[in-house]
Amino acid sequence: MDAQTIIAKRIAHELREGMLVNLGIGIPTLVANHVPEGVDVFFQSENGLIGTGPIPEEGMSHPTLTDAAGQPVSALPGACTFDSAVSFGLIRGGHLDMTVLGGLQVDATGRLANWTIPGKMVPGMGGAMDLVSGAKRVVVAMQHTAKGKPKIVKQCTLPLTSLRPVDLVVTELAVIAFPDGRATLVETAPDVTVEHVVASTEAELDVPQHVPQMNL
Amino acid sequence: MAVGTPERLVDELVRQGKRNLTVIANDTAMPGRGIGKLVSAGLVSRTIASHIGLNPETQQQMIAGKMAVELVPQGTLIERIRAGGFGLGGILTPTGVGTVVEEGKRKIEVDGTDYLLETALRADFALVHTFLADYLGNLSYALTARNFNPVMAMAADTVIVTADHIVPVGVIAPDHVVTPAPVVDYLVANE
Repeated sequence: MDAQTIIAKRIAHELREGMLVNLGIGIPTLVANHVPEGVDVFFQSENGLIGTGPIPEEGMSHPTLTDAAGQPVSALPGACTFDSAVSFGLIRGGHLDMTVLGGLQVDATGRLANWTIPGKMVPGMGGAMDLVSGAKRVVVAMQHTAKGKPKIVKQCTLPLTSLRPVDLVVTELAVIAFPDGRATLVETAPDVTVEHVVASTEAELDVPQHVPQMNL
Repeated sequence: MAVGTPERLVDELVRQGKRNLTVIANDTAMPGRGIGKLVSAGLVSRTIASHIGLNPETQQQMIAGKMAVELVPQGTLIERIRAGGFGLGGILTPTGVGTVVEEGKRKIEVDGTDYLLETALRADFALVHTFLADYLGNLSYALTARNFNPVMAMAADTVIVTADHIVPVGVIAPDHVVTPAPVVDYLVANE
């Protein structure tokens, strides 16, 4: 199983019946492919849609039905559309149960940087700051390291997305949570040792006596 | 991303070569589409947007100092425009507290939570696209092309609308009118 699939499958286990969920671009989008059987969730696209369905088959897309990146999507029965003020009201107002976002860095207390690399990549924050500040639960989907350098760091060197710490980071190596503001190893991926995770993580990790393996 | 953009009005701005524009929009789309056409033509001197990542020309012009870009979180941007259209001086949002977005802004504590004071945005012109309009100017939008349109229609001195379909008065049920006709100044068929 490749890294992206491990991450997406593991995060899909966080979905619960009836949740309103917003998926970011990249690995987070893949979570929709792994929704557990028997669990129905609502996916929101922050450009103004609840009930986002799969990418339509060729010839079935509609120019005014897209996701937040402008890519064609479908709308499932029961879907609804609204303007951007309502959409971000849902996000900030405590109506969004979970958001899954990509990450550039996460610090030892769970604070996320994911929107800019000054001087290199200045795309704008889009909806990321609202999503991290407002969603009830924030899950980060990212590779554990970038070009061999840890992404879970003591302190973010990149500009923060929000002061609000994320709830869970899922990588191809591990699941990490932040109870009481401390990075804590929750699970390891299959065939990955605790030592490997610790060595690939710059932030100090609390490691409980028994660390279960991801159930994929 | 050019969904819900009044392309005909954008094309006309390019044809007339209207320079030195300040554009308030969620994003600058991509080269050749929507607001991207204004950027390609070098007509935009200032942009207030949440995202410019899919338009490398915006980034190039920003780096070259030809265009000033103010990046605003998307939820804050839409609320600033809403405030402008609804007669409010601004809004208080928790988004951006403790980040670079906070720089130069007033932080206000309400019941123990910090908020940023984000001021209202208004424009001289709102260029709006709708799916359905009647001859009075009542508007009903389609799917995800609604996005910023109804909010912007409230927040400008002159509101110009393009419509995919213009129908007789009474065809759009009152409950389905999203933007009321009195705020619309000009209605243009899309083709």
